[in-house]
Amino acid sequence: MKLTLRVWRQKNADAEGAMSTYEVDGISSDMSFLEMLDTLNEELILRGEDPVAFDHDCREGICGACSLVINGDAHGPERTTTCQLHMRSFKDGDTIDIEPWRASAFPVIKDLVVDRSAFDRIIQAGGYITAPTGAAPEAHASPVPKPDADFAFEHAECIGCGACVAACPNGAAMLFTSAKINHLNVLPQGAPERETRVLDMVAQMDEEGFGGCTLAGECATACPKGIPLMSITGMNKEWLRATRKVKR
Amino acid sequence: MARTVWDSTVGKKTVMAVSGLIMLLYLVAHMIGNLKIYFGAGEFNEYGHWLRTVGEPFMHYEWTLWLIRVVLVVAVVAHATSAYQLSRRDIRARPSKYVHKKPRASYATRTMRWGGIILGLFIVWHILDLTTGTVHPGGFQEGRPYQNVVDTFSTWYGNTIYIVAMLALGLHIRHGFWSAAQTLGAGSRTRDRALKATANVLALLLTAGFIAVPVGVMTGVVS
Amino acid sequence: MTTYVDYKTGEPVVDAKAPSGPVNERWDTRRFEAKLVNPANRRKHTVIVVGTGLAGGSAGATLAEQGYHVVQFCYQDSPRRAHSIAAQGGINAAKNYRNDGDSIHRLFYDTVKGGDFRARESNVHRLAQISVEIIDQCVAQGVPFAREYGGLLDTRSFGGVQVSRTFYARGQTGQQLLLGAYQALSRQIAAGNIEMHPRTEMLDLIVVDGRARGIVARDLVTGKIDTYFADAVVLASGGYGNVFYLSTNAMNSNATAIWRAHRRGAYFANPCFTQIHPTCIPRTGDHQSKLTLMSESLRNDGRIWVPKAKGDDRPASKIPEDERDYYLERIYPSFGNLVPRDIASRAAKNVCDEGRGVGPGGQGVYLDFADAIERMGRKAVEAKYGNLFDMYQRITDEDPYEVPMRIYPAVHYTMGGLWVDYDLQTTIPGLFAIGEANFSDHGANRLGASALMQGLADGYFVLPATINDYLARNPHHEAVTAEHPVVQEVLAETEDRLSLLLSVDGDRTPDSFHREVGELMWEFCGMARTDSGLRKALERIPQIREEFWRRIKVPGVGEEFNQSLEKANRVVDYLELAELMCLDALHRGESCGGHFREESQTPDGEAARKDDEFAYAAAWEFTETGAAPVLHKEDLVFEYVHPTQRSYA
Repeated sequence: MKLTLRVWRQKNADAEGAMSTYEVDGISSDMSFLEMLDTLNEELILRGEDPVAFDHDCREGICGACSLVINGDAHGPERTTTCQLHMRSFKDGDTIDIEPWRASAFPVIKDLVVDRSAFDRIIQAGGYITAPTGAAPEAHASPVPKPDADFAFEHAECIGCGACVAACPNGAAMLFTSAKINHLNVLPQGAPERETRVLDMVAQMDEEGFGGCTLAGECATACPKGIPLMSITGMNKEWLRATRKVKR
Repeated sequence: MARTVWDSTVGKKTVMAVSGLIMLLYLVAHMIGNLKIYFGAGEFNEYGHWLRTVGEPFMHYEWTLWLIRVVLVVAVVAHATSAYQLSRRDIRARPSKYVHKKPRASYATRTMRWGGIILGLFIVWHILDLTTGTVHPGGFQEGRPYQNVVDTFSTWYGNTIYIVAMLALGLHIRHGFWSAAQTLGAGSRTRDRALKATANVLALLLTAGFIAVPVGVMTGVVS
Repeated sequence: MTTYVDYKTGEPVVDAKAPSGPVNERWDTRRFEAKLVNPANRRKHTVIVVGTGLAGGSAGATLAEQGYHVVQFCYQDSPRRAHSIAAQGGINAAKNYRNDGDSIHRLFYDTVKGGDFRARESNVHRLAQISVEIIDQCVAQGVPFAREYGGLLDTRSFGGVQVSRTFYARGQTGQQLLLGAYQALSRQIAAGNIEMHPRTEMLDLIVVDGRARGIVARDLVTGKIDTYFADAVVLASGGYGNVFYLSTNAMNSNATAIWRAHRRGAYFANPCFTQIHPTCIPRTGDHQSKLTLMSESLRNDGRIWVPKAKGDDRPASKIPEDERDYYLERIYPSFGNLVPRDIASRAAKNVCDEGRGVGPGGQGVYLDFADAIERMGRKAVEAKYGNLFDMYQRITDEDPYEVPMRIYPAVHYTMGGLWVDYDLQTTIPGLFAIGEANFSDHGANRLGASALMQGLADGYFVLPATINDYLARNPHHEAVTAEHPVVQEVLAETEDRLSLLLSVDGDRTPDSFHREVGELMWEFCGMARTDSGLRKALERIPQIREEFWRRIKVPGVGEEFNQSLEKANRVVDYLELAELMCLDALHRGESCGGHFREESQTPDGEAARKDDEFAYAAAWEFTETGAAPVLHKEDLVFEYVHPTQRSYA
């Protein structure tokens, strides 16, 4: 099929960006969205033009690198990552708008590539359990009830792609932050740092310039891993509990 | 702790949730009181007078009322300040819009922001109209609330402003009540349907209850 | 442009670090004999770690916890994205929680045998010993392993073993283990013990006075090429499966770090040992950029078949039962569809080569669940495989409940890698290689759920213990600075290489060369290899390389975010590594594990190992581009698990 692409082009972080229009032909419906962009880039290179920069790596929907807003939707029209979106979701002759994640905490590096290091710093602020290598007790020493283990897993599935921030009208990172807090705080291993974890991670999240939550729910709709909106409720509860318990 | 709360986005939302719930509680009482207008000028004016004497002899005349007013002013200021600061922050966090527009993306947020501004302006008008009488149509009479209400709702703009504001209130409560529950960590998967239903019922009851007054005047049931 | 097929054999290479004595005491002995660095002195030592996957992430975190100053690199935008994250199945550990007869010795035995007797016994035994500690460590970090209703850890069985020793977190075990390591790493970054450089790619190794003292790396955002110095360098940069262009590896996984280290003197061992996984989703056309794995567990209930007749292009439902060939069940009646990976992959290739493959291009076989659905009911099949069926449907747009799945083998893991001794040190003092980057403990074939085990064993437990010994014995290196002539030379070479790539301004893209060499490797150095095919490839690769340097086109400049330049530079190394892989495959005139030489098979078509000739690890020493490397053999001695021929008929 033949498509018209309108792609955000921006030379570097300091440059002004704008949408550029490209035509691509001979696109198969079996292609993934990124393979469609590969096709465009091969043509651009041969024409001596700068290919479109975009982040991608595993192309299996698990590394969280790919990050495109397609026709206004983070990761496009299906509930999956961009790399797992296939061209059969589009029709011959369609015009497709492709933009980078938009948030001031995710500055554009080039074209469709943004800097998501703010997420790493949120994890560094407390998104871990202090368990130095070698200090671990026997794995069966503290059993975890299955519902708690499942709850932890469901939140641990977050791939850190940033679609929640991209979709949020406020550029908030609540869903990302809450997923990690819920994962670790429900486990007995996470209990000793339960309060400091949530306080420090929320403080770092604010520090990075993410917006606040208005519970619009767009984050959970965009999340390719289905982290529920209720995750944020859980974080709020943990945060209120921690402010009561910890004197700062 | 106060510092932690006020400095944090989650904390400010907590302030909004608590102040919002205080105002909601007040609105329920206010609406019930308003409905007394259907039982005639006597009962309504008497109720107005009682509001000033609640708590006597322990409290002096109007002390309780002023206490409530102070709490409400604090709630409104806290609610509005937090909302303003959070909104500023949210807009800064998402400075550039997507070229490809998706209208649904900010429905709830937009309703809350514009609804909040409408309600804020309404409260000012409402106090100037029926509490101080500054902008009241016709002669404002201290201690004769029944007549004052009838006067206000005998003008087209009084009705329009009031009904629009009450519709905004309904939408505001609908998202706000449920949001407050999430902010305070009271939501859960099992409770979500109940919370949403409660929010809808509260919104509907309050809007209908408040609008019943101008409707009563317009239809001549109250005159 | 010269073709090489002859090579010289040099001195044997010997692992001087593994202690003698009973195999189960060797690791304790080694740890006791290793010299230690005083905790107060550790912060004076800098260790560079390249890569943040299971091996690199766990090593960086642990070294930092021990007090070393760690400088770590990854090409991804975050250490959390390393390709370990895509591992599905699980991680083996000899916990024996099931009381089903498992033990450290059994895991050791299974792994040596599974590797077709081409792994080092002392290493494998250590791996089995450490497996137990890994689970404890990960649980303490909050890795949400699957649990039973009693709250205890659940396990499942994995291909080819008779015990249930695989711990898992749904189909995302790699993700959860990696996030555990990433979080430990994050904690050390926050504490200031690790200087993390994301979006920075290692382009060369700096060797001063015979010791690894640093790396040259390029900041992928600014394009700036810089030098970093240390007392030791650890490569945890993963495998080289992307030589094949299409593989289950991540798009940007590459061989540059290990290949550049090889060029600087580190021996490369068993490069031809690659694992081809039988159940991947087949390619749909030339646009295909990568392949996706479908869990091996599907073969428990699915039946594999192709039409009996060549070129039968009727849809599956129109092919009657008696015109179908359930070839695995036919050839291997006792193991049927559950033969090991290498056997299943080769059989699929054979039927496709006969022209009986299905789907686009005839590169696929059916994996049919119709019988299973009839036998167990759709509900039960859904409960067991629902998520995999959904994934298949998303990618292929076909409903596997209605039409049989199509699968085809794909490159998945590389057992070869940099040669390391028992301490995981390469032949360059001070250069260590861990995880898939080393030639590992898997011999010629890796068992399922063992890659995660090895990566974490190396990173959490082995390297942090052995690197102490190196640093303690070499305490006072003279500081290396950017002005050092060797550093200047390495830096200039790197800059020249990138400038050259940018200046050719030809008419072919980096991807087109990558695809070309990948297809060549798949054809001649893939599932089945022949003397003539490998010679053909060895003739063709230098030609492609020559053409590459004449016709490559890389737009843009070096001092910017330039993904084409990154890609082109990786292809440079693939074009050299591919040649070594073919030579290794050519020289190893036996079939073993993932390496199948058609000349070396039993009368019934099975792999025939030649223990008298090839019971060694082949460690290759680089000479120069386009010239034959020197072979160094490490003889493998089997004191505990005695080699036998595998049979599955």
